[in-house]
Amino acid sequence: MANGNEREMSLSRVFWITLRRDLMLAYRRRNDLVSPLMFFLMVATLFPLGVSPDPQFLSEVAAGVVWVAALLATLLSMDSLFRSDFDDGSLEQMLLSPQPLSLLVFAKICAHWMISGLPLTLMAPLLGLMLFLPQEGMSTLVLSLLLGTPTLSLIGAIGAGLTVGLRKGGVLISLLVLPLYIPVLIFGTGAVQAASTGLPVGGYLAILGAILALGMVLAPLAVAAGLRISVSD
Amino acid sequence: MAKSWKMPTWFYRLGSPRWSFEIMGKLLPWFAIGAVVLMVWGAIWGLAFAPADYQQGNSFRIIYIHVPAAILAQSCYLLMAVAGAISLIWKMKVADMVAKSCAPIGATLALLALATGAIWGKPTWGTWWVWDARLTSMLILLFLYIGVYTLHSAIENEITAGKAGAVLSLVGVVNIPIIKYSVEWWNTLHQTSTFTMTERPAMPPEMYLPLLLMVIGFYCFFAVVLMLRTRAEILEREKRSGWVRELVEAS
Repeated sequence: MANGNEREMSLSRVFWITLRRDLMLAYRRRNDLVSPLMFFLMVATLFPLGVSPDPQFLSEVAAGVVWVAALLATLLSMDSLFRSDFDDGSLEQMLLSPQPLSLLVFAKICAHWMISGLPLTLMAPLLGLMLFLPQEGMSTLVLSLLLGTPTLSLIGAIGAGLTVGLRKGGVLISLLVLPLYIPVLIFGTGAVQAASTGLPVGGYLAILGAILALGMVLAPLAVAAGLRISVSD
Repeated sequence: MAKSWKMPTWFYRLGSPRWSFEIMGKLLPWFAIGAVVLMVWGAIWGLAFAPADYQQGNSFRIIYIHVPAAILAQSCYLLMAVAGAISLIWKMKVADMVAKSCAPIGATLALLALATGAIWGKPTWGTWWVWDARLTSMLILLFLYIGVYTLHSAIENEITAGKAGAVLSLVGVVNIPIIKYSVEWWNTLHQTSTFTMTERPAMPPEMYLPLLLMVIGFYCFFAVVLMLRTRAEILEREKRSGWVRELVEAS
């Protein structure tokens, strides 16, 4: 009994320690955190320049543009998820540790979301304003991103885990992961568009949540398998 | 309770590259004959003798290529994932080679389905491409194949590449139903015109039977191509073993 309890304790401690470690590492390299956010902002700026500055048109496409920009920004930051750990050998230590790798991976993904997906979500209303997103859609935009970006981090981690041993992982990740991002994109933009036109959004958000729940259960296992394969090479 | 769970013996024999190579060699001619007979029969019947559609005229005949290619493109992904799972679980070399051979074939079939669909769409819908749910999900399937194929070619070590490809195709299999339903939902939301692949009218047998022949013929053809590729892969990877050397010296 006591033994089992201890183990449980240690699992949650391992989770928090890994999470804290990754957040600390990210905090020490603050400049790296800003670049995906700047990318997010710039991609959204390109659309009015490239397509049309007409407010009417922009308010129609705003949901899609913000979501696509968030998706690409997440993708951009994905390669760094395991890269530095792989380079300095701490990834191998994680693989060798007696703790389940999927738990460590899950903690790392949570940290990654806090430093990429969460800031993106908080910045999204600004982009929504710039793109004339209808006022009614704003809160749904934030909510849908809040539910959707963790899934993006989870799925992206699968690609990152499989390509971490490769020199040119960055481009490859997008090839592997982008098709898998499509459902999140569809339901995310669907929710915002429904909200903008005054339709109920509960269903969309519920599905985004369901995908997130499925991802939280399955993705860490796939990432762990992928990492074992990449590192054994 | 403690009794270990076993698969039938032939399943384990499949793990031997040599045995698989030989059994595939024996099966090849039969599938090749089946493919040629069924596809020639089905094509001549479908293209020359089946009645023209009352709405689409002769342009409907492309379904005799389009539908089998689309069906096969989907089955091929499933086969790739199952073979990948077998190679991950039982560490079976041949399953890994089958999975590797599936990716380029599946990608080609998906491309063929998309291309024939576009050619059919031009006279029927008046446009090459429509963002229809089924077209889009086939396009995504093509992307998934390209991902698996690229991952395979990016990793130099054959065994690592096989395992990584297997994990990716299993992730894809979990995702395919989600993608499929989400794309269908998206389509019904965004649909403004009635540009759907309208439910095909119940086909008369003289139109339906050639299609059935073509589908079975395509399956045989797929088996032939898959076995050829897998056999080549076996020879390539087992080139250091004695039986392959003997085989090469004998020929």
